[in-house]
Amino acid sequence: MKVVGCARVLCASALLLSVCAATPAFAMDITGAGATFPYPVYSKWAEAYKAKKGIGLNYQAIGSGAGIKQIEAKTVDFGASDMPLTMDELNKGGLQQFPTVMGGEVLALNVKGIKKGELKLNGPLIADIYLGKINKWNDPAIAKLNPGLKLPEARINVVHRSDGSGTTFIFTNYLCKISPEWKTKVGNSVSVSWPVGMGGKGNAGVASYVQQVPNSIGYVEYAYALNNNIPYALLYNHDGKLVKPTSQSFQAAAAGADWKGAPGFYVILTDEPGATSWPITGATFILMHKAQDHPDRALEVLKFFAWDYAHGGKMAEKLVYVPFPPSVVKLIEDSWSTIKSSDGAPVWKSTMAAK
Amino acid sequence: MVVRSRISGSPPRTYSMADLVFKNITRFFAFLVLLLMAAIIVSLFIGALPAIRKFGFGFIGNAAWNPVTNVFGGLVPIVGTLVTSAIALLIGVPVSFGIAMFLTEMCPARLRRVLGTTIELLAGIPSIIYGMWGLFVFAPVFSQHAEPWIDSHLGRLPLIGPLFSGPPIGIGVLTAGLILSIMVIPFIAAVMRDVFEVVPPLLKESAYGLGATTWEVVRYIVLPYAKVGVVGGIMLGLGRAIGETMAVTFVIGNSHRLHSSLLLPGNSIASTLANEFTEAVGRIYTSSLIELGLFLFIITFIVLALAKLLLIRLSRLEGHRS
Repeated sequence: MKVVGCARVLCASALLLSVCAATPAFAMDITGAGATFPYPVYSKWAEAYKAKKGIGLNYQAIGSGAGIKQIEAKTVDFGASDMPLTMDELNKGGLQQFPTVMGGEVLALNVKGIKKGELKLNGPLIADIYLGKINKWNDPAIAKLNPGLKLPEARINVVHRSDGSGTTFIFTNYLCKISPEWKTKVGNSVSVSWPVGMGGKGNAGVASYVQQVPNSIGYVEYAYALNNNIPYALLYNHDGKLVKPTSQSFQAAAAGADWKGAPGFYVILTDEPGATSWPITGATFILMHKAQDHPDRALEVLKFFAWDYAHGGKMAEKLVYVPFPPSVVKLIEDSWSTIKSSDGAPVWKSTMAAK
Repeated sequence: MVVRSRISGSPPRTYSMADLVFKNITRFFAFLVLLLMAAIIVSLFIGALPAIRKFGFGFIGNAAWNPVTNVFGGLVPIVGTLVTSAIALLIGVPVSFGIAMFLTEMCPARLRRVLGTTIELLAGIPSIIYGMWGLFVFAPVFSQHAEPWIDSHLGRLPLIGPLFSGPPIGIGVLTAGLILSIMVIPFIAAVMRDVFEVVPPLLKESAYGLGATTWEVVRYIVLPYAKVGVVGGIMLGLGRAIGETMAVTFVIGNSHRLHSSLLLPGNSIASTLANEFTEAVGRIYTSSLIELGLFLFIITFIVLALAKLLLIRLSRLEGHRS
């Protein structure tokens, strides 16, 4: 008797749940999972959106790789990744991809006597340091770029990420473009076999290793260097110009990119041409299924991001992310026409663009 | 007589029913552990199968860990786990023994309670606190004041020299081992103290009466009496050291390179899993990580089995002697 009763209750609640999911009028929260890098801005946007539209976002910052796994398993409405998937991978999973915000990476330093922006580096030097070929701070190659700067005769302690990460993907992508030796020996991925150095977990882990270990260098998202007040190096970019990490130099890197000609928005903004372009820049991406079992939920996700593109720029900039210019946003919103419900009708209509 | 027959005679029916239910429930709980254990081994093995097929036994001896080319070997994390745990015990066991001996044999009664409680409190601190303390407080001090000395003195010694020569980074295998030793001391010391305390005073006093020194009492009376508990305490500490994740991740340096020096960064199985599992893309990568987990399981199993063997041998020796 009791068992039957229980089963009945279960059936009823299951029914209730499916009814809830199918009713668009029911206020729902959208779910997403993935990259940790955009987590601060997504949660800021979600807070503002909830206050305005009453729809919340439940975003779990579990890492890009895990985000990809979750969207493939359809346990979330969208996945988020710092590493863009290639067209092949997207087609295989039936996925649609679009970028949300951009950010830049800097080389954080902890060298006695060197203050913020005093050290200048270029791509080949960074590659040689991470290859272990340059292992002293007073190496002639570094001294040559930095005349007048007092460099200590100390070992360079290289810090990298220990977890797989989009940040590493962007950084190693840059090194591959700069150094043929890096490309053949190490390669480009979310985690690689590092020739030298020690690994910190997450941007915060790398930042704290750099702060704790004397004579160290490590790549982190710019926001982490800024918020923790860690000195960073200036870099020579593709055009051979010395640049500072700022919103303008990140945007300059994005402006030169050919978003239109890149299927699936597969653009990695490293070593971009342009006199003011910051060389280690990257975007973060959203992944959604093209064939939607829950078109109503998909629509809410798209509405959320459309609202963010329209109104979230200031919030993003406050957190040192770089929003996309309207021309790129237009391209992104146009691409959403491929996300369709089971009857083949596009979920998103261009008239819905946020005002 | 009447009372006796009531106890030994068959109890009322309702009781026997309750007894039966209770017995079965407890048996179910006990078997549940066994079942869980089997399920974990099986699922670990199934998860590791693609990596086992691809790399075979070479997995253990291979120091490569390359997610780009999909070549994985477990040597660095396995060695790291064993070495950090060994350092932890090498320092932790003598210190814990000293603590337990002082508390039970030499400590004034008032101080005994204070110290005992302090040790129990230390055991309750979450491991991430040890890790953060290790990274933010211990590592800088260690790199500035201890490591240069270690490098210039111990690093020059024959044979063990290479183990102790290297740059003063403050983060590495030795630091991880030291933090682990601090973490296992409360566990081992608390157990040792408890088992030392239950040694019958009669035995100890007899020994003292025969003119034995404190050391002789501990060595020939307390230790043999309490050896099962002592070994158990050490195993408890070792178990914590082998599986410790967060604290080690903070200070070991998470590098998949095999170095001869303990001062340089390394990796352990648990911290490799904590670092890489969420972002491991691809079947072989994930499967290799699961195989590492399987090895952690096997290492723990071997350690436990060795401990049991040791105890059996000890009791057999005793049998011969008497």
